[in-house]
Formats: sequence, structure tokens, C-alpha cells
Amino acid sequence: MSDDLAVALVDGAPVTEFPKDLHIPPEALKVFIELFEGPLDLLLYLVRRQNIDVLEIEVAEITKQYIDYINLMEALEIDLAGEYLAMAATLTEIKSRMLLPRTSSDEEEDDPKEELIRRLQEYEEIKLAAGALEKIPRLERDLHLLSVEKPEIDQDIPQPEVELKEVLFAFSSVLKRAEMFAQHRVEYETLSVRDRMASILTKVNLDSGFINFFDLFEADDGRLGIIVSFLALMELSREGLIEFVQREAYAEIHVRALKADVENNRYQ
Amino acid sequence: MIDQEKIIGIVEAVLLAAESPMEVKELVELFNSEELDKDTAAKTIRDALEVIGSEYDRRSIELKRVASGYRFQVKQDYSEWVGRMLKDRPPRYTRALLETLAIVVYKQPVTRGDIEELRGVSVSQNIMRTLLERGWIKTVGQKEVPGRPALYATTKEFLDYFDLRNLNDLPEISEIQELVVKEIQEGNDEVSREVAVNIDVEDNEEGGQLSEDILDTDNTSSNVVSLPLSNG
Repeated sequence: MSDDLAVALVDGAPVTEFPKDLHIPPEALKVFIELFEGPLDLLLYLVRRQNIDVLEIEVAEITKQYIDYINLMEALEIDLAGEYLAMAATLTEIKSRMLLPRTSSDEEEDDPKEELIRRLQEYEEIKLAAGALEKIPRLERDLHLLSVEKPEIDQDIPQPEVELKEVLFAFSSVLKRAEMFAQHRVEYETLSVRDRMASILTKVNLDSGFINFFDLFEADDGRLGIIVSFLALMELSREGLIEFVQREAYAEIHVRALKADVENNRYQ
Repeated sequence: MIDQEKIIGIVEAVLLAAESPMEVKELVELFNSEELDKDTAAKTIRDALEVIGSEYDRRSIELKRVASGYRFQVKQDYSEWVGRMLKDRPPRYTRALLETLAIVVYKQPVTRGDIEELRGVSVSQNIMRTLLERGWIKTVGQKEVPGRPALYATTKEFLDYFDLRNLNDLPEISEIQELVVKEIQEGNDEVSREVAVNIDVEDNEEGGQLSEDILDTDNTSSNVVSLPLSNG
């Protein structure tokens, strides 16, 4: 690899060989690339190594160094963020433009070199500003707040007069709240399907064999009672003691006792 | 009316006991009209603050005016020993976080996109979260561009933390530019040396997934973090 990294001559002067501090093991190289905050930071480092102002940037030389760098990283299979590759593309573009003769139409376009210089300058300012921030004395590190025990506070807080209506009002709100939290204890009702079967059968037989389905249910029975009644009806039906009859679709359903009047089946 | 001597004592006592900096106005409000002449109250308090401040000149604590008001603090000269006494090491912040903060400080109000443009890399969510959680930056609005990104600016808490009264206390960009020139004149030895030091102490925060990326709590290294190019 070192063959690719021969010393370059710029303006007749030997400028830079591939950074000497890169001839270190790959793990260390990984650490090295991680030192940079991104492509701008790496680029700035390369420029600064030449000890020149960003304005005097030698695009061709810097591009070569930058791309050598990226190639080295890739050869060592170090994952580089996409931003590094994008910067390599930008540098190559600038370099190739500089090789071409300038035409008047180029002047009107944004010069990518100018743009790059502007970004490098701005980034350098920010970098230095960050360094300045780091040096400013700050709490927890350079300055500490005091930890003073406060005196015992012996204050007479005037007790307000409490009026009776306030108490009553408070009490009523307690009651209201209590209502919301009232518990409903549910107890098992001793409802037996067998009992209900007997009472239904009695009713059906009493009413000359026919009774409206709905009349077999009592609203007071509650949900559970209604369910028990229904189960009782099903059971009676299964045992062949009653029969459901309906004149037509959606008509009222009637219940009749089967053995009471079997031959009188005009509903069927 | 309470005499000046007593007022000095009261102001000192209150500031010693206060949990956060206090403005002159807040100090004035502690007195009723029988204790302090309301017309001259602000001046009386300011005079008292001045007396207190000068009385601590020779001691290890100082009365400092920061963005949110006056507060007592331990002088910087003693931070080393106070730091040894305290069990928690102070949080250290990575370059990525400081650069992000610097962008908000100098370019505010800025969007996340502006920060990424300036740094040339994506900003990790952790950094923004840390800055917001520390209360150093806040959203001050939304930029009227597609997506309406949040605009960030620094807060009084930021100034308080960095012992500043206002943003003008910070070096201006022009001063920073002078630093750049100085750096160039001083040569590049500095750069490689600083990079070498930083190999020991800096973490990578490019990906920014780990909280250690931001709070560098490693205290094994005795190297003080010194940022490259910041020897001014």
C-alpha cells in the first residue's frame, strides 16, 4: 500500500507524504477515523497539516490525500459513514472542473470550490467555538453551588376561620365522592331451573294451554332470573312438556303445554 | 425601615439559602413597605449586593451575577478540591455535543438541518435530547419551510450553567476567526499532538446510539479534554 503513497511535489516543493501517523495498526486507524467529527473535520485536518489557510486550499493535493485516506479505510474494511464518500465525490468534482478550461457559463454557476471553502471556514469557526465553550468555567466542573443548611423556619401561619357552610359543603362533596366509590355487592340468588320449570308449567297449564312467550318473564326477576326462566323453557321443551308456536314469521311466540290439548294444533 | 446593615445581612442570608439565582426584583419583593422604601428599594438592594460581593473577595465563595440573577458559588480556584470531595464526577461532553451546542449558540435560531449542514454529518438524536433535557436549548418556533422543522435557541439555564450573564459574554465569531489565524501562524505541530492526546479520551459519536457518546463519564484518564485547535 505504501507504494501508492509516494511523496508528492507541489509547486516544486515536497509537500506531504501520506500522514506518518497513519502507519499504525488497523484498530488504531479505526480509532483515528473516529476522532473526526465527519468529512469536514477530516478535510480540515488535512488542510491544517499543510499549515495553510483554508482559502489557499490545494484542491488537487487535498483530494488525493483525502481519497487515499478513504481508500485505506476501505481496504481495512472500516465502515465509513456515507458523508465521507459524498465528500470524496465533491472533491473529485472540484478537481475535475479545475482541469477543464473555464467557460463563461461556469462563472455563473456556484463554484463548488468556493462553496467547500465556505463550509470549511464555517465548520472551523464552530469547531473553535466548541473549544471555547469547553473552556468556559461551568457548573459541576469548575464552579459549585453552595449547599447551605437553611434555618429552621418558625412561621406563624394564620389559621383561617372556617365557616359552617364550608364544612357542610366539604361534607357534601365527601358524600358525592363516596357514592362514586360505592360498592355493589352481588350475591348469588338461589334460583333453580327446576323450580322455574315447575312454575312455568303451572302458568302454561292455567292459561288454557297458551301463553305469550313474553309473559313468562318477569322484569323483577333481574337478568339472572330471566336467564333461568329461559333455561327452564329450553329444558321443558327438550323434555317435550311444552312447545313453541308461532303463527307466522315475526309473529308473537306462544308457549303451550303439549299434553294438554294435542289434537287442537291449528297453529301448526 | 430596616437599616442598610441588616438589609445586607438579609440579602446575603436569602441568597445563601436560595436554590436558584435571584433577580433584584425578587429580592425587593421579600420586603414589605415598612421594611424597605419601595421607591429606592432596587437601588438599596443593588448596593447591598455590591457590598456583599466585595466582602467575599478574599474568601472561597463569590457572589456572581448570571443570566437568571445573583447566586453564590464556590470560586473556580477551589474546584479541584471540591471535585475530589464530591462523589459524582462532573459530566464530560463530547466534541459532537459541544459543536452542536456551539452552532445553536452562534447561529440561533437554527434547525436540525442547519446543524447537519454546518457539521457535515447527521446529528444524533441523543445529542439533541441531552441538550434539551439539560435545558440548555429549547424550541422557539418552527421554520416556515416544508416540514416546518423546529427552531432551537439557547436558554437562561445554558447561560447560568456556563457562568454567563448573556450571550455577549461569549467570544464573538470575529474573535474566533482571529483564533483561526493564530492557529495557522503557530503551525501544525499542535494539531498532531492534540490528536494524539484525543485518541485516549475521545469517544466516537458518529452513530450516536450510546449514551456514553454524549456523557463521557470515563474518569480513568487523567488527560484533561483539550480540543484540537483550541489553545487560545
